Amino acid sequence: MSVVDPALVPQTPQGEPTGPSTWDRIRTYSPPGRYTPVIVTVVLLVSMFGVGGTRYDNFLQPQTLFNLLINNAFLIVLAVGMTFVILTGGIDLSVGSTVALSTMVLARMLEGGQSVWLAVATVLVVATLLGTLMGLLIHYLDIQPFIATLAGLFLARGISFMISDVPIPISDRGFLDFSYEPLVLWGTYSIRWSVVVALVVVAVAIWVLGCTRFGRTVYAIGGNEGSALLMGLKVAAAKVGVYAISGLCAGVAGLLFALYTPAGNSLSAVGAELDAIAAVVIGGTLLTGGRGLVVGSVLGVLVLGTINQFIILENLNSWWTRIVIGALVLVFVVVQRLLARRES
Amino acid sequence: MSTPTIDVPETTQAPVVATERADGPLRRVLSSQLVWPALSLAVLLAVTGLLSDNFFAIRLQDGNLYGALPDIVRNGSPVLMVAIGLTLVIATRGIDLSVGAVAAISASIAAVQVVGSADEGAASAAVLGMSMALAVAVLLGLWNGFLVSVLGIQPIIATLVLLVAGRGIAMLVSDGQITTVNNDTFSAINGYVLSLPVAFVIAFGLYVATTLLVRRTALGMLIEAVGINPEASRLAGVRSRTIIWTVYVFSGLCAGVAGLVIAANTNSVNSNNLGLWIELDAILAVVIGGTSLAGGRFSLTGTLLGALLIATLSRTIPAIGIPSEANYLVKALVVIAVCLLQSPRARAALRVRRQVPLARKAATR
Repeated sequence: MSVVDPALVPQTPQGEPTGPSTWDRIRTYSPPGRYTPVIVTVVLLVSMFGVGGTRYDNFLQPQTLFNLLINNAFLIVLAVGMTFVILTGGIDLSVGSTVALSTMVLARMLEGGQSVWLAVATVLVVATLLGTLMGLLIHYLDIQPFIATLAGLFLARGISFMISDVPIPISDRGFLDFSYEPLVLWGTYSIRWSVVVALVVVAVAIWVLGCTRFGRTVYAIGGNEGSALLMGLKVAAAKVGVYAISGLCAGVAGLLFALYTPAGNSLSAVGAELDAIAAVVIGGTLLTGGRGLVVGSVLGVLVLGTINQFIILENLNSWWTRIVIGALVLVFVVVQRLLARRES
Repeated sequence: MSTPTIDVPETTQAPVVATERADGPLRRVLSSQLVWPALSLAVLLAVTGLLSDNFFAIRLQDGNLYGALPDIVRNGSPVLMVAIGLTLVIATRGIDLSVGAVAAISASIAAVQVVGSADEGAASAAVLGMSMALAVAVLLGLWNGFLVSVLGIQPIIATLVLLVAGRGIAMLVSDGQITTVNNDTFSAINGYVLSLPVAFVIAFGLYVATTLLVRRTALGMLIEAVGINPEASRLAGVRSRTIIWTVYVFSGLCAGVAGLVIAANTNSVNSNNLGLWIELDAILAVVIGGTSLAGGRFSLTGTLLGALLIATLSRTIPAIGIPSEANYLVKALVVIAVCLLQSPRARAALRVRRQVPLARKAATR
């Protein structure tokens, strides 16, 4: 970066470079405002790792990060879907229940001797349909996202209870191999396939939000739905679409959850929607919509996971996790609010 | 979420419908908001009564009423209390998601205080414990109100903080243990007074007191004004910030009382479980009762009917022969049905269909 071809620098007739020097550019560089919240989250995560490194032996190792990813793969996928919804100014309370439903559908179909691919496809279709249904209610009947997805929460939980109210173990050989086979990166460091799936979902989401017309429409709706409509954007498709995407992500997350446990359980992931919302908030996405990045939500999940790790390492009781997460959400929400006030 | 939508057909149609409905006492009754929840409750009671034996039988034992109906009102009381507080919050265009957590914290504090006092069975210990619990519930309400009215954070997010952290705080208070309370004064909340369950008497008293307070004074109108447009009502001289703050405090207090009632019902407090998802049931009760989630219009009587309807529903489901696992499924369908009935767009779609034949008739005349 520091080597600049002199021929490329604009020259005045006297031969003096006019533009600021590279050092000046680095010195005065400030990232675009939309990255600020994500940078705050990065700083938080890095400093948490720093604190962890000084307090615990063997904390500062790549495998710590990999374990975080393995343990939180399903939450990452959930948070990605939630980011889409929150960017439009909505909210999706149904994702935890959809995860439970997905694990149940998968486990029941595998138990019935169906092929894995058919079961996986069914799960994804069911979850996407559920999300689409809520999106239709929200957009076309003007039902508040909060209430419509509340109905979705009850519906998905209810269906999974109807399938079975006791856990169904998954014993399909191929599925279990996929679930537990470590993917060795180098040396002794390994991840699992679920992490790969989660990272692929993240990559696709970043591309959709950043580089497609649909993604820009999502941001526009969050900024001002009326304006987006008057600009001729496809508001209806995008608004229904984000709930379909959230449903699809919940389906994928359900598959990952089933890989992780490995069983179908209608009581699994109770309250996962709260964790997903908290991760999105900590990742710097505005809950009023219009601003935020998928990367932030991923970092938010990692922050939550690290908090969990700390609580375990400190031998504190598990309820401290909820209190710390609540406090962190509070700090982020209040700071967001104060920043928004200063801007206006 | 206030989304600016352009609803031209809706506004032009409204006055026509209003004049059409104004004539005749039957029409007036039918256009009342309360008629749907009341009818649904009646139908639900009738269906349950037909399908189960002795549903309406109430027997007097030791001067107290026993039977299915007293059971329903007793079981529905905590939801009713929470829902009354929520009604006022929702009327200001807000929401309080933290009520379940507040109930858990309040119950834990009362239980720990009673168990930890010198004489566990003493009436004074129970009174002290319950007062402390309610004081904390009020404090938590103050906190929510502060976030919403002073800092201007969206209600759903502001109360989310306590929803996430609250259960952790309750576990912290009770040290993660299930606390069993042996105190006659505390258990008296689960008893009977004037032949009626104490829980229902408290809830009904709360309903009557709140109704008198908001409908016999200007308070109710001011709350609705704030819900319709906080900025306009502030400019008109309404102290919208104080009003918003007050309703959150009231909601906290109601949740605290509900927590104590739930705890007394089992004489024990499991902070992990107590009042779990009560906010969803309470919001459902408020919505069934005809209070608009967009704020500006509320009905406490509707909330009362809604809470009773939900309590009855949990009796109807097994009576019809639906397995109890389907409980959630039925609730989901109820939520969707109620929302569809309330949605202006869905109503407009229905209305247009109904008016088409009339218009044709007028054209042929």
